[in-house]
Amino acid sequence: MLEVKNLSVSIEDKLILDNLSLSVNAGEVAAIMGPNGSGKSTLAYVLAGKPAYKVISGQILFDGESLLELQPNERALKGLFLAFQYPIEIPGVAAMTFLKAALNAHRRSRGESDLTTPDFMRRVRDAAQLLKIDQEMLRRPLNVGFSGGEKKRFEVLQMALLAPEVSVLDETDSGLDIDALRIVAEGVNALRNPKRTFVVITHYQRLLDHIKPDVVHVMARGRIVASGGPELALELERNGYRDYAEEAA
Amino acid sequence: MAIATTQRRLRDSPMTAHVVNRSAAERTLARQFAEQERHERSSARAAAFERFAAVGLPTRRVEAWHYTDLRASMADAAPIQPAPTRADVEAARSRLAGRERFAPGAQLVLLGGRFIAELSGPLPANVFITDGVAVHAVDDPLAALNEALSPHGCTISIRRGAKILEPITLLHLGDEASSYSIYSRTAIEFEVEAQASFVEIFEGAHAGVQRHPATIMTLAEGALAKHVAVVGDEPGLHIETQIYELAKAAELTTFGLVSGGALTRRQTFVRMTGKDAKASLGGLALIDGARRADTTLQVVHAAPAGRSREFYRAIVDDDAVGVFQGKVIVEKAAQKTDGAMKSQAILLSPRAQMNEKPELEIFADDVTCGHGATVASLDPEHVFYLEARGITNSDAKSMLLEAFGGEAIDRINDKLLVGPLRARLAAWLETRKANT
Repeated sequence: MLEVKNLSVSIEDKLILDNLSLSVNAGEVAAIMGPNGSGKSTLAYVLAGKPAYKVISGQILFDGESLLELQPNERALKGLFLAFQYPIEIPGVAAMTFLKAALNAHRRSRGESDLTTPDFMRRVRDAAQLLKIDQEMLRRPLNVGFSGGEKKRFEVLQMALLAPEVSVLDETDSGLDIDALRIVAEGVNALRNPKRTFVVITHYQRLLDHIKPDVVHVMARGRIVASGGPELALELERNGYRDYAEEAA
Repeated sequence: MAIATTQRRLRDSPMTAHVVNRSAAERTLARQFAEQERHERSSARAAAFERFAAVGLPTRRVEAWHYTDLRASMADAAPIQPAPTRADVEAARSRLAGRERFAPGAQLVLLGGRFIAELSGPLPANVFITDGVAVHAVDDPLAALNEALSPHGCTISIRRGAKILEPITLLHLGDEASSYSIYSRTAIEFEVEAQASFVEIFEGAHAGVQRHPATIMTLAEGALAKHVAVVGDEPGLHIETQIYELAKAAELTTFGLVSGGALTRRQTFVRMTGKDAKASLGGLALIDGARRADTTLQVVHAAPAGRSREFYRAIVDDDAVGVFQGKVIVEKAAQKTDGAMKSQAILLSPRAQMNEKPELEIFADDVTCGHGATVASLDPEHVFYLEARGITNSDAKSMLLEAFGGEAIDRINDKLLVGPLRARLAAWLETRKANT
């Protein structure tokens, strides 16, 4: 479903991803774990097409099709979703206006007509209920005044509404307390099906107690240094990243 | 807290040469004034013209005009538009017939700077219009020029305690064919506890038009006024003077939208003479191409416990140049003044310019005053977040600009006015998107 081949990426002449290769199958939940500065977030951003990163070499294939030439919005419309580690606060843009614009952009790209307001409201209400998102929160400007937990839940709400084929969750657990973590994880689990793929980036095993991965990849120094089953995450929890950091050095 | 600034006025200096060396435009203006005096002498107008002539068309050396060199940009003064003929009135009538109104409510129409009763709708109860405008001078050469060259103008009065629900529109209707200078002068008097909203729409002018409108609004005790101005047409020059005086506990909210014109300057003079007065001033400039838009404010707190808020935003594209100069003066008597001024601009092109000059002059010792000014590009993180949800780059930018401009508009806090202003902003963004 998602294949990264020999990807090297720099920002401001600093090499962050170094010949990274990664393959994630359809319907799979792949966890990417790694120490700070290993390039996990860079990988997430490069997948989503964030400007400022320079792709030096390599390929990203989405369903066999190259992503690197596509604009960020085109990647989103193809079915790639990035849940941001730090969702951006945008004053003046109502959360609902934003959701409607995003949903309708997806619908138009599939040749469908825009949602009617009642239909749109119903979809948002249903998805919000599952994530325990208050209607009042949706009346606020996008992410403005949202708590850390609210921001993450709102990311998952967007994911639920846009129904992407591949979701990249960039440290969705950071800044969440146990209850918020459970709500977010339940939201993600509700979306799991054999066609949907998840790349879950995290520092800690904790999130993986709630979102059970099929495979775990360890990232260090800008590349995948080990891959294994869920037991790999438990081993990291016990021993830390030291072994892998040294191995990659 | 007090930031002292030195005021230097050109006319204080005996060394200034330009008083003697008149520009072509200044010579034309002097001729136009002499011509007017031949038909109708007025000592008040003569005094006003003298005040103008003492400074002349301002250059960068006049502090309040530092970023708009009018002497350099005004090659000549266009002929003054004569009183409209019957044919002009009929032509305007047919233009009005097919025109979509900006806001509901009564509408007064001005042609060539003159109020035309037969084109205007009836006024609501407790609102009256009379000929003539009382003298109300402020220290500015172009305000003086307006006083000297305007037709007599009219005064609109809102009676004591009257609450006018729908806005009253003053439509300054331009003439699409001719090149003229248009001067106009309108006074709006709010009696004690009167409430009303006014909208001034400038429409139909093209590059040959030089427009000099002035509005003088006086608020008696407890009056509540809203005043919106919309400059969306394409005059070569638009120099608008707004003068406000607020008595005790009076409350003023203003907003100015500029989205057209080669050179526009909106200069606002507010004087809060009664205690507990409140003024909230705002505006949005949407400028592209080679336009220049200047917003200059002077807010004087002359009585205790006043509150002033200035909130201005600008979106500057292409080679356009924006100016914001705001000066809040807190006089010695104005203890417990609460003032906050903010100006923010977004530049959309590497050649776009914004000049910001917020100033405080504080002579009282127990006040809370602050100011801030920012000039930035659209935040790429914001754009990327929206794009990452499938929204195109140009739609993302439009959404962010609409939010930026919309926040300034929303402060007028009146549904009848916010809706049409936001529609203007959306239309401007739509045109911009189509052109890029």
